[in-house]
Amino acid sequence: MLRVDVFKKLGEFAVDVAFTSEGRVTGLFGTSGAGKTSLVSMIAGLVKPDRGVIAIDGDVLDDTAAGVHVPAHRRRIGYVFQDARLFPHLNVAQNLDYGRRMNRLDRDPVQETRMTDLLDIGDLLARRPGGLSGGERQRVALGRALLSRPRLLLLDEPLGALDDKRKAEILPYLVRLRDEADIPMVYVSHDADEMRQLATSVVMLKRGRVAAFGGVEVLPQAS
Amino acid sequence: MFDITPTEWTAILLSIRVAVIATLISTPIGIGVAWLLARRDFWGKPIVDAIIYLPLVLPPVVTGYLLLLTLGKRGLVGGWLAEHLGIVFAFRWTGAALACGVMSFPLLVRPIRLSIEAVDRKLEQAAGTLGASPWKVFATVTLPLAMPGVLAGMVLGFAKAIGEFGATITFVSNIPGETQTISSAIYSLIQTPDGDTAALRLVIISISIAIAALIASEWFARRATQRLHGN
Repeated sequence: MLRVDVFKKLGEFAVDVAFTSEGRVTGLFGTSGAGKTSLVSMIAGLVKPDRGVIAIDGDVLDDTAAGVHVPAHRRRIGYVFQDARLFPHLNVAQNLDYGRRMNRLDRDPVQETRMTDLLDIGDLLARRPGGLSGGERQRVALGRALLSRPRLLLLDEPLGALDDKRKAEILPYLVRLRDEADIPMVYVSHDADEMRQLATSVVMLKRGRVAAFGGVEVLPQAS
Repeated sequence: MFDITPTEWTAILLSIRVAVIATLISTPIGIGVAWLLARRDFWGKPIVDAIIYLPLVLPPVVTGYLLLLTLGKRGLVGGWLAEHLGIVFAFRWTGAALACGVMSFPLLVRPIRLSIEAVDRKLEQAAGTLGASPWKVFATVTLPLAMPGVLAGMVLGFAKAIGEFGATITFVSNIPGETQTISSAIYSLIQTPDGDTAALRLVIISISIAIAALIASEWFARRATQRLHGN
């Protein structure tokens, strides 16, 4: 269960959002400038809210009233960015292994193979991110976040930088992850079709506030 | 022409030792300072910035004299170090290394700082979300990506250190076998009648060392860049 109740002022704009989601995939839906990325940055611990509470399954990550702010690296929250952000000096295998090394986890070859199979990145392991296509990069970024064994996965418009053909290539992997990976996710997008395919509950954001909350039926029809 | 005398050999080896030690000790400090200046905002940052660049704009003899005043045997810090820790810089080769380290520090720090500033902070954030503590982010992402700049800084610092003259001769004088580097040996030879041939010999040697350092740096920089961008 993800509980978010935060306020953050960003210049003229303010994010003032409260919701509690039990869903496997919580969709954060809204146009650009609605505050989606600010909100996930707060959940990840990269940005500190001015006031409010963020908690996962009763584990408090932020509570400004109590002076609690768990730094990003201790949250065990995976984050897939729109721009992949693979480490250019490491090859794909080293990128995938990074989270395990940083968290001092034991190797889990079964899980590694499962993930590389699921994402079809087994052939890329020896390559550097510089030589990968946008779609390949995004798949590696997904694998890298998942192999750090997070308790929540944040996906911030992971298809945003891709053209329609590549989007269609990645979307099935995301559906497979939702059904097989057993990690709750927060999925950010401004694309209603994408949302309908992936989300189990939807938080609709408008100008930094929750405009609607519910199932996929709150999404606007036809796009 | 090419009979290098023992005194000259001593000066050559001393120069190399002084420059190597100065560079090796300055580098980790320089990386720390460069990171602070590139990534942190703190009170008095412009002052720290100015102090680091001071040796670049002050006359070297002034820097040397300031070192003598503070770290000389009767200096405020130097006296304490000599009395309590037995560390003496004045008129020792260690003092030459210190003077060279101080003089070359701004040249060493600048490329490192620029290359750290050029590292995409988004990659550092990504490393954080994967569980890397700030220190590990630095060691596994920032530093490796800034490595070409670190090498460039080391080479510039080394080149400056091996050629340093003014601050060194002011702080530790020109004692053959202890503090006489190539530069101060050339200076002495030019002052001596019939010293021209020997001076020329040392000039050629110092040019060779400089060229060798440049070639080495080019090679290191190319390897580092290849490692970063290889496919």
